[in-house]
Amino acid sequence: MARTTLKRVHGYLAEFDSASDVYHASEQIRDAGFQRWDVHSPFPIHGLNEAMGLKRSILPWFVFFGGAAGITTAFCLAYITQVGIYPTVVQSKPANIFTTAAFFPIMFELTILFSAFTTVFGCFALMGLPRLNHPLFAAKTFKKFSDDGFFICIEARDPKFHQAETRALLEGLGGKNIELVEDEL
Amino acid sequence: MAQQTATASHSSSNQPRILDREPLVLNNRSYSWITNRICGIVENRQPKLWWILFIPSVILTGIMAFCFVYLISTGVGVWGQKQPVAWAWDITNFVFWIGIGHAGTLISAILFLTRQKWRTAVNRASEAMTLFAVMCAGLFPAFHVGRVWMVWFLAPVPNANAIWQNFKSPLLWDVFAVSTYFTVSVMFWFIGLVPDLATLRDRCKPGLRRTLYGIFALGWRGGNRQWNHYEMAYLLLAALSTPLVLSVHSVVSFDFATSVVPGWHTTIFPPYFVAGAIFGGFAMVLTLMIPARRIYGLYDLITEKHIDNMAKIILLTGTIVGYGYSMEFFMAYYSGNQYELQTFQLRGLYGPSVWYYYCMFGFNVFVPQLFWFKWCRKNLFVVLFVCMCVNAGMWYERYVIIVTTLERHFMPGSWRVFDATWVDNWTFIGTFGFFMMNFLLFLRFLPVIAVAEVKAVLPEANPHHDDHHEKGVHELEIEYGKVKVS
Repeated sequence: MARTTLKRVHGYLAEFDSASDVYHASEQIRDAGFQRWDVHSPFPIHGLNEAMGLKRSILPWFVFFGGAAGITTAFCLAYITQVGIYPTVVQSKPANIFTTAAFFPIMFELTILFSAFTTVFGCFALMGLPRLNHPLFAAKTFKKFSDDGFFICIEARDPKFHQAETRALLEGLGGKNIELVEDEL
Repeated sequence: MAQQTATASHSSSNQPRILDREPLVLNNRSYSWITNRICGIVENRQPKLWWILFIPSVILTGIMAFCFVYLISTGVGVWGQKQPVAWAWDITNFVFWIGIGHAGTLISAILFLTRQKWRTAVNRASEAMTLFAVMCAGLFPAFHVGRVWMVWFLAPVPNANAIWQNFKSPLLWDVFAVSTYFTVSVMFWFIGLVPDLATLRDRCKPGLRRTLYGIFALGWRGGNRQWNHYEMAYLLLAALSTPLVLSVHSVVSFDFATSVVPGWHTTIFPPYFVAGAIFGGFAMVLTLMIPARRIYGLYDLITEKHIDNMAKIILLTGTIVGYGYSMEFFMAYYSGNQYELQTFQLRGLYGPSVWYYYCMFGFNVFVPQLFWFKWCRKNLFVVLFVCMCVNAGMWYERYVIIVTTLERHFMPGSWRVFDATWVDNWTFIGTFGFFMMNFLLFLRFLPVIAVAEVKAVLPEANPHHDDHHEKGVHELEIEYGKVKVS
């Protein structure tokens, strides 16, 4: 029994020669009003966020609350156990609110620990990782992105996407090896 | 127009010539050369020397494991410590290893925040070294508790008698500091590895290796929407790790400084411990990277400039450490406290372990002064010699601080000189094997240099590299450090 594979167009992938080519192409695509597209490069290109019209990452906000949770946890852990449920008077330190000074190192460390966890997991969540399969991995030339290739992928779900015009746009900007990337359903 | 005028006035006036900045990667290497060279280390067969080092390391790790098993099955009496020297090689080795573990995070965090781009060539290896050193360090306090199966008492959960830990104790602060440091260092290291694991994944043939690299690369696609968050995360981790790395050795020094033991009870300990940790850590980075650079032919990536910079940091921190030693002595005299003064006289002038003090001072303060001379910073044999001295000297420093202080306590009746047993010796030697084994495995399986980061410091990685004509030449050339005004 023959089985047909259903495919959906993911978008166009175009290769560029250098960081500056891809940078200037990005400015044009941004100005053309595309929303669902991305630049794939072996390293972060300085200033590309502005060239793509991306906003600053919101990650610091997550981290602020992570850090706040850390300092609260540490204070509660130390204060409740040392002053609340089991008041221990050692090292001639009192068992009351003034003991807090002796908890500072632990409060500091847990602030850092919780903030770091929030940074890493928040970053993965914002990046949409881990995601082990992606239509781009099926593209012929895409492998080069982790070596010395610079790519722009304009996705088909972008409202401005047009099969012929988008291809012409990428060609006009100097894109090479333009490929229609498909997603198997 | 204004820009042109500025350029013109610049070249015509007799301003001093701006020197060429040394490139971070020599011989104009391309992106793919960097990829091939670094990934090649992992993909090709290891040189014979790798095996020559790896096999003894595994044997030493086995010896270390045997020593710990012997310790557990017999008791802590197999170590040489007896009253009054209750902290001896165990804590000395702990502080020694944790100090070495400071260079990695310093390079990856503080040098990142201060925009020292040369860090890219050495940060991966030194972060790995950090992790392995902290692993070695963690073994000692865990086993020195005596009954190692009770080590869970350190975790913040109530013990069998429903008693909680004493959160006011510097020893518990230390548990939190070291475990936080290890965890954050692992995360920092991993997040830096993700793009490079993707590079390795994309170069592998389908199979087990590719699957494993692929899983750990998390499906990285290098999209700028990802890099945007990634770079922010890297910056945040650097900003979090900077106070963390300074806090860890400060907290370690609190173990001593908050006690009332003469010789330990000093406020200079936190900064002087931190400087010492950076000092010892950099020496260990150079000890590992100079041979690795030669074995794997990484001359274009780890250049003389890198070694020169690290040598200067060793000189700086070594001198700070020397200041710490001298100031301790001065304060002992100036305090008018006879116990304090006598402790220092016994340490440095006529005590039983005075040779340890001389080794410490000589190796840590005098030998690194060679780095004032450019010839010494350029000659790798001299650099390695100084680093070896510093590695040894930092161990002597911890021995002097911990053991020689305890040997001569308040009560002359209980004075006794510490004698290390064979278990002490072999456990410590064994940790070097454990450290080397881990480091060699790291060289074998992971990229030793951060591929993506090194590519980003190449001149052509700058998106304005090609548009000299559009912008003011003067401005751009200063930006790249390529000004040729004559």
